[in-house]
Amino acid sequence: MNLDFTPEQEAFRAELRAFLEQNLPERLSDKVRSGQRLAKEDYEEWHAILNGRGWLAGNWPKGHGGAGWDAVERHIFEEETTAAGAPRIVPFGLAMLGPVLQKFGSKEQQEHWLPRILDGTDWWCQGYSEPGAGSDLASVKTTAVREGDHYIVNGQKTWTTLGQYADMIFCLVRTSKEGKPQEGISFLLIDMTSPGIEVRPIVLLDGEPEVNEVFFDNVKVPVENLVGEENKGWTYAKYLLTHERTNIAGVGFANAGLENLKRIARLEQSRGRPLIEDPLFAARIAEVEIALMAMATTNLRVVSAAAAGQAPGAESSMLKVKGTVIRQEINALTREAVGPYAMPFAHETLEAGSNAEPVGPDYALPATAQYFNNRKLSIYGGSNEVQRTIIAKTILEL
Amino acid sequence: MNFDLTEERQMLQDGLRRYLVQAANPQSRAAAVEAEAAVDPELWGGLAEMGVIGALFTEEQGGFGGAGFDLAVVFEELGRAGAVTPLLEVVLAGGLLAQAGDAHADLLGEVIAGTRALAYAHGEPASRYDLSRVETTARREGDDYVIDGRKAVVVGGAQADMLVLSARTSGERDDAGGISLFAVPADSAGLQWRDYPLADGGRAAELVIDGLRAGSGSLLGAEGGAHDAIEYAQARGTAALCAEALGLMEAARALTADYLRTRKQFGQPIGKFQALQHRMADMLIEIEQARSAVINLCGRLQLSRREREINVSATKQLVGRVARHVTEEAIQMHGGIGMTEEYELAHLARRLTMTDHRLGDSTYHLGRFVALGAVA
Ligand SMILES: Cc1cc2nc3c(=O)[nH]c(=O)nc-3n(C[C@H](O)[C@H](O)[C@H](O)COP(=O)(O)OP(=O)(O)OC[C@H]3O[C@@H](n4cnc5c(N)ncnc54)[C@H](O)[C@@H]3O)c2cc1C
Repeated sequence: MNLDFTPEQEAFRAELRAFLEQNLPERLSDKVRSGQRLAKEDYEEWHAILNGRGWLAGNWPKGHGGAGWDAVERHIFEEETTAAGAPRIVPFGLAMLGPVLQKFGSKEQQEHWLPRILDGTDWWCQGYSEPGAGSDLASVKTTAVREGDHYIVNGQKTWTTLGQYADMIFCLVRTSKEGKPQEGISFLLIDMTSPGIEVRPIVLLDGEPEVNEVFFDNVKVPVENLVGEENKGWTYAKYLLTHERTNIAGVGFANAGLENLKRIARLEQSRGRPLIEDPLFAARIAEVEIALMAMATTNLRVVSAAAAGQAPGAESSMLKVKGTVIRQEINALTREAVGPYAMPFAHETLEAGSNAEPVGPDYALPATAQYFNNRKLSIYGGSNEVQRTIIAKTILEL
Repeated sequence: MNFDLTEERQMLQDGLRRYLVQAANPQSRAAAVEAEAAVDPELWGGLAEMGVIGALFTEEQGGFGGAGFDLAVVFEELGRAGAVTPLLEVVLAGGLLAQAGDAHADLLGEVIAGTRALAYAHGEPASRYDLSRVETTARREGDDYVIDGRKAVVVGGAQADMLVLSARTSGERDDAGGISLFAVPADSAGLQWRDYPLADGGRAAELVIDGLRAGSGSLLGAEGGAHDAIEYAQARGTAALCAEALGLMEAARALTADYLRTRKQFGQPIGKFQALQHRMADMLIEIEQARSAVINLCGRLQLSRREREINVSATKQLVGRVARHVTEEAIQMHGGIGMTEEYELAHLARRLTMTDHRLGDSTYHLGRFVALGAVA
């Protein structure tokens, strides 16, 4: 056993660090660090910078314009970018759809859509969930009926993250009611500007309209937008979910969150001393830090196995549960650390581009909103209950 | 031993519950938010008319209750309805007026009638939850005091008529001695407000105090001797706040249980999944713990300072911890819908979460419980 990175991996890390120092705009890292919300343009700016260096699609093979990194290199990228305060990479096109098209898409589809993901022509969103199909995703009801050269799509998707920015949506649609529910699902690419699509925002607990309902009323979709075969969409969807779950542990986010928590606890005073010297509060930080140290290694164990060619299976469920619990605890401690200044509803001040002066210290501003927003971590991408069921069935064989 | 409510309190509870179902609805809340008001005026008038404000004070003080269990009944119902009101400010600031004796009886009468709004201006930007950390100063100038300093997160401050304001007349920054209280009009010259919305649906303000002149008649109690009165008022405030949290938790539990009965996935109500059943059962067990903790405190407000304060910290610690558990579990078991602002749970979750940021959070009170010698 050897816990060290190889010299090549360390050299890669150094190269990455130098790149970030020179190319990550301070305006963006300031925003990320202070918890300000990022605008669409902020994400696009960062994507373009990475794309210029060929590093936007770390998980894509070189032949498709990606960096072709293995799991360890991707892990190093994640560590360094989160530590530097870089915006996250919007996952829908890059982490989710890209791999599906590369594996199951036609040559025409690959040539058409993949470059547009890289250069930012299309902002994608994920149209899986429906009001009646959450954990039970196979029960999707949105229908696509073939009429000549088109599918006619009717139904509703929901919880569509950043759908308000999207040019395109990839959807699971029902093309057959025969057999098991999983057997009648197809994977369809739909232009968000098509007539008959309506997007309605859903405001979340933190006051932010981060997700949407998307309604389809007789929407015409060209048949060439079907990915793979009709009624095989469930296989592609599951393939996509395993990619959604790479980097699911969120170690980089947790580390950045822990650093921020400690900074706040050093600045806050309780009973005449820095909060971080309060033995009870310090103990709670210590507990989460200890858990994170172990989880980082669990993550590396899975990452190394993946780099050696083993497809991550139920291990990613383990990382999802533990990773999200740790991040949520850090969020809760951060909210607690800011004391009474967690109470102001900071929604407007956090808006991208807001000049409003914060109430209380500026580090207090995003604490409550982030705590509430990150309740999502244990709900989406397969809820933690669903993950535990996967662990029980596939690892424990119960 | 008898854990039943008295007949009067039972009537108060029944009446209030019925009233709040129709008066404290999301529409009235939204209207108050829209109007940047501390409370929906109709709701406040209705509460005063029902005698709900009077129930927080003894007959001597002009009310008809005032005991710990009166606070508990009123605040549990407010919590259950998710009502947004500055009634806790009445317990805190009004309690301090009442403790100061007859001199302010007229003002207190108007507060009980619902015609005058009070705010409690004690916490400061750097005081966090430390009760004796007061950096605002008051110095004598002839017959007046001249007050300078800052107050933080004054709930309902910019909407109040009168403030109960703490300032240091002697001693060092963290001394218990040397703190004085003043009752001053909220629109006095020398007060500068910055009003903003709170995550729990109410409003608060930052207050800059610059050369505020307060006549000696505005002094509450003895100069420099306010610490114990503040501690007692906060003990009662803690009882009220914890009872409110209890009501909020009951509402969150009811909403979640209902949802589990109706939401179907995999062809059955998700409440049929044992994984969720057990967690609902744990939630219930924890809420019953919180109920007992509230009873512990409400029944012991009149005991010696040490016994009372041990119960303050015990109750606030436990309720804070359970509130977080219930909030997070309720959201999680709802799935995505639990995160949407429009759904009632979001409001309950925000209010519950914020109860841990007033009058000391659960970690603070755990330490205080130890410091009071409860363990050793
Ligand atoms: C902020 C946010 C962003 C999202 N973004 C997207 C997006 O971009 N695209 C998209 O398609 N979807 C998105 N989702 C949807 C997300 O994937 C679903 O919320 C998730 O699958 C859970 O479904 P549900 O909300 O319908 O909850 P339900 O499935 O109704 O579950 C409710 C509760 O029951 C539990 N439960 C369900 N079944 C079982 C069982 N068999 N055993 C034990 N417990 C069970 C769940 O774990 C949960 O606690 C997003 C969700 C959120 C909150």
